[in-house]
Amino acid sequence: MPANASPPEPLAEAVAEICARHAGLEGPLLPILHEVQAAFGHLPEAAVPMIADALNLGRAEVHGVASFYHDFRSAPAGRHVVKLCRAEACQAMGAEALAAQVQGDLGIGWHETSSDGRVTLEPVFCLGLCACGPAAMIDGELVGRADAEGIEAMLGAEAGQ
Amino acid sequence: MKVYVPRDAAAKALGAEAVAAAVLREAEARGVTVDLIRNGSRGMVWLEPLVEIESDAGRLAFGPMGAGDVAALFDDPAAHPKALGPTEELDWMKRQTRLTFARVGVTDPLSLEDYEAHGGLAGLRRALDLPAAEIVEEVTASGLRGRGGAGFPTGIKWKTVAEARADRKYIVCNADEGDSGTFADRMLIEGDPFALIEGMAIAGLACGAEKGFVYLRSEYPDAIEVFAAALPIAREAGLLGPSLLGRGPGFDIELRVGAGAYVCGEETSLLNSLEGKRAVVRAKPPLPALEGLFGRPTVVNNVISLATVPYVLAEGAAAYQAHGHQRSRGTMPLQIAGNVKRGGLFEIAFGVTLGEIVNEIGGGTASGRPVKAVQVGGPLGAYFPPALFDTPFGYEDYTALDGLIGHAGIVVFDDSADMLAQARFALEFCAIESCGKCTPCRIGAVRGVETVDRIAAGDSSAVALLEDLCATMKAGSLCALGGFTPYPVLSALRHFPGDFPAAREAAE
Repeated sequence: MPANASPPEPLAEAVAEICARHAGLEGPLLPILHEVQAAFGHLPEAAVPMIADALNLGRAEVHGVASFYHDFRSAPAGRHVVKLCRAEACQAMGAEALAAQVQGDLGIGWHETSSDGRVTLEPVFCLGLCACGPAAMIDGELVGRADAEGIEAMLGAEAGQ
Repeated sequence: MKVYVPRDAAAKALGAEAVAAAVLREAEARGVTVDLIRNGSRGMVWLEPLVEIESDAGRLAFGPMGAGDVAALFDDPAAHPKALGPTEELDWMKRQTRLTFARVGVTDPLSLEDYEAHGGLAGLRRALDLPAAEIVEEVTASGLRGRGGAGFPTGIKWKTVAEARADRKYIVCNADEGDSGTFADRMLIEGDPFALIEGMAIAGLACGAEKGFVYLRSEYPDAIEVFAAALPIAREAGLLGPSLLGRGPGFDIELRVGAGAYVCGEETSLLNSLEGKRAVVRAKPPLPALEGLFGRPTVVNNVISLATVPYVLAEGAAAYQAHGHQRSRGTMPLQIAGNVKRGGLFEIAFGVTLGEIVNEIGGGTASGRPVKAVQVGGPLGAYFPPALFDTPFGYEDYTALDGLIGHAGIVVFDDSADMLAQARFALEFCAIESCGKCTPCRIGAVRGVETVDRIAAGDSSAVALLEDLCATMKAGSLCALGGFTPYPVLSALRHFPGDFPAAREAAE
């Protein structure tokens, strides 16, 4: 069984452990949310009341923070995450056309996951690679002067195809 | 044999990891001992991965390098097809005045010995010998202004915090560099993290703060990795900890990672985010300098402002102040980006014209087509046509033209750009990233997109509506996100009327 298919009990234990480890921080909520997401691949809804209890906050407050930031996802992503920069410097180098091509190739739009669960496509506004655009991030790896063939090759290589 | 292969994110995105691996592989195959240094980037992104080897004639540059080019480095470097000559003799390097970026690309980013050998810690040592008020006075006299975009005098901000009375104070570094076309903060942190640490320590001394936060955006995994590695090294050496360099008060820094909200680049929403709240903007007053993080007096400075402070203290205010143009003193790390032949980071004194930046330094467009527009200062900055290329680079010069220099990102577009689409994007971006606190930004951005669509559909009456909406957003928004989004929109409309069919009709 893969490590990420955890039953509910380990969630409570993991969240309690993460919260306890950050208890001494000033303003610990964001670091806690980052760690829970890193551990589970997303922020499980069940974790929200646990975090709220640990920090003596309302559930609504924790939900409000988690839903405010683009980084936190409420459902697991696909096996691969493709982020394409949509910001101006990459636009000047053809980011819009690249996005259209990748969307067509994968058959999905922004914030969508392919039906086989292989790829999630997300927009990102600037990776700081503005002098070598268009920029992309594939499973955390940065790509400058990205093109659709290169992206598909990276996905294929990592999927072992 | 000493070989430098940058670990900068842009170099890595262009294949530096494969090049570094090839260097080690080739060295082993040939039985050569190689000292591989993963330095920052020299800023010549079009030549990345730029590999350097140490020689009797100084460091020699090769680029752009692929893994397949590595073997020839071990034969006769001078005959290498990618040989560029001595790095310091390259035109791009010779024309710069590198004060803030003096060590970036030169040193090993995580070697404190290297940092000191290249002038590091001299500023902090001098600051430790000065009364706090004199440190503030030195920074004020240097003319250093906020490099994040607002351009507020750094010394004045420090003075307010220094004179505030409180049980705790904070130094917060705004490293939420979300503006498209900017990457100076990223490069500085990846290439010279101790400069930021030293600058924050000096700020702590000057203002009486013992705790600092660096709020670094999650889109910068390499910068996060380097800075997280630099902190324990700094503590180990006593640069941070209970007593600065063993003879000052205590100061320590905590690294915090953002979560993908552009608005966190605005200082008050950044403070809310650090406190673990939704990153909504706070109304000012109270100023963060008086009631900032957790209600305590707080300095919020950009990475480049803080990383420039060690130079100011080490060399003196006059040395920094001697550079520049009118009220824009010192140097600015320009980030030349977008559709440009030679893109990268170029630090130079204020006063250089936009035309020099785009055509002489940047070499024109990458596509070889004519330049149509240049967006200066990120997504909230104005689009300038070539007719304004004689504008000198300075805070007031750009304000006078209804623009801003922002964080000095220069994004070049060729003649295939559709300026109506760019205006629409500025509003769409504002709608996505608005924190929702104030109405002109939250609603105005959405209505703005609709109004641009009406103009695109040929409704000439929508032009006046868009101008009116922009005036409301500009005057009525709480922060720069809603307040400055009109700059790209109105500049596109004013300078490129040909791209707005309805606007053209209305004018005729």
